[in-house]
Amino acid sequence: MLQLDQVSKNFGGLPALSDVSFTVPKGKLTALIGPNGAGKSTLINCITGVMKPSSGNIQFQQQKIENLLAYKISRLGISRTFQNLKTFPRLTVLDNVLTGLTSEAGNSMLLAMLRLPDLRHRERQLKLRALESLDRFGLADKANWPAGVLAYGDKKRVELARATVGKPQLILLDEPVAGLNAEETAAVGEQLRLLRRTGHTMLLVEHDMDLVMEIADQVVVLDSGKSIATGTPDEVRRNPLVLEAYLGRMDATA
Amino acid sequence: MTNKQKFFYFIYLHRTGLTVTGLSLALLLFPVFENNPYTLGLTNLIAINAIIVLGLNLFIGYAGQISLGHAAFFGLGAYGSAIATVTYEIPPWPAMLLVASIVALVALLIGIPILRLSGHYLAMATLGLNFVVHTVLLQWDEVTGGPSGFSGIPYLSFGNFQFDDEVRLHYLLWGFTLVSLLLCLNLVRSGVGRGLSALAGDEVAAEALGVNTRNAKIKIFVLSAVFASVAGSLFAHCYSFVSPDSFGIFTSTDLVIMVVIGGMGSIWGSIFGAALITLLPEWMDIFETYKDFVHGGILVLVLMFLPQGLVTGLVEMVKIKLALRRQKDAAA
Repeated sequence: MLQLDQVSKNFGGLPALSDVSFTVPKGKLTALIGPNGAGKSTLINCITGVMKPSSGNIQFQQQKIENLLAYKISRLGISRTFQNLKTFPRLTVLDNVLTGLTSEAGNSMLLAMLRLPDLRHRERQLKLRALESLDRFGLADKANWPAGVLAYGDKKRVELARATVGKPQLILLDEPVAGLNAEETAAVGEQLRLLRRTGHTMLLVEHDMDLVMEIADQVVVLDSGKSIATGTPDEVRRNPLVLEAYLGRMDATA
Repeated sequence: MTNKQKFFYFIYLHRTGLTVTGLSLALLLFPVFENNPYTLGLTNLIAINAIIVLGLNLFIGYAGQISLGHAAFFGLGAYGSAIATVTYEIPPWPAMLLVASIVALVALLIGIPILRLSGHYLAMATLGLNFVVHTVLLQWDEVTGGPSGFSGIPYLSFGNFQFDDEVRLHYLLWGFTLVSLLLCLNLVRSGVGRGLSALAGDEVAAEALGVNTRNAKIKIFVLSAVFASVAGSLFAHCYSFVSPDSFGIFTSTDLVIMVVIGGMGSIWGSIFGAALITLLPEWMDIFETYKDFVHGGILVLVLMFLPQGLVTGLVEMVKIKLALRRQKDAAA
């Protein structure tokens, strides 16, 4: 579904990503792991069009996307969550989720201002879908609250609801459980499993190894901008290169 | 659901429509109770200001941009209508449309380059725009009449029915304001409006949600310029006289103050802000002389204590309090 071919990104002369290639298969959960500074966030930003890769190709459903603007990539059906929450604190929880349906709500400013009956009808349907999505994440009773007052864990779930409400083809999750306690992490893990069962394709960037090893179908390991291993969680766990990246070189004399 | 609950739910569901209907009725009956031409003149001025502030609030409050130059579009609208109707003898209604389209084009051409800027830079650019337009109005004597202004602008009319006294103008101007209000209320309750709020919150997040942020900013800038232009045309036909003084940078800052007082991103607040700032000088004589000081002071106080604006700030405070209380109740 998503194919990266020799993607590189340089900041000035400094390579943040060099020749990263891997594939995200349809209907599977691919996890992207690696130590801090490995280039995971840069990679996500390249896929979503926030940055342009310096070289290499990114293909999404047989379409080249590396030169598209971010909003166009989003309209192709790639949605994302953010590592540092980007909910809109002044909007209500429901409106936050509704922003995830922006591209389905119509682009015409003129039609929006006239609010003809078919638009009213569509708005009502979108609202129902947003409520349904909130319900899935257990937030329906807080739909009319301003998002700013929610607890951190709830805000994370609002982002998840927003990213999934538009039935995207591919969901990029940038550290969805960072900063959550064990109980909340388990709840989010349950949600991710549910999403995978319903056939969603996901790319998960995460530091929580227990979660990754438990739910990923495929793991890609990045270190210093290079992909050093790809495989099932078990294969990756036994890979000596991965152990070295995480724990440092094991010297016999140490 | 009991009948009582059904009734309240109905009110809640149709709150926007009901409030607009209520306001329309109040405005319809207002001249019956109040026929003092001076008072009506004031409320008419509120209506004109409200139209500009509604548009400006979409740009500042919803899309999160800043403009210190909307008096320029107001002035272009007013002078455009004056010149079109007097010099070129185009009938007022088509002239208003023509001028609005020209102003839209101007806003588009200016908006494409300057909306690449943001924050202070955008504020300076729009301020510069206002200076340029004001100077042109002041200096181009042959066309604009220069500092002494432009007089003899015809009243708007339908056939023989002329909008020439305060009561008739009341219905004309508030009619326009109500239509603008409805258009704005509809816009902000749509996907486009939510896209704008997203844009104000975080541009990267908005792009990731499929909002074409560059286009959205330009579109809303043009829309707010058109609102200002229509208000300018109405202003010209209402007073039959325009002079450059009405379209200087202090008018622009007053408009921004109206937006801030009313509240960023509050459509209803726009009308409140326009009304309050228009009426303030009338209530206290001291305002006449020290108007700019007082306006500046109000702006500073509001921004210090309620950065979202007076009405929005208070409403949000209540909303947050209520939500927190419910949270506590739920926990208990």
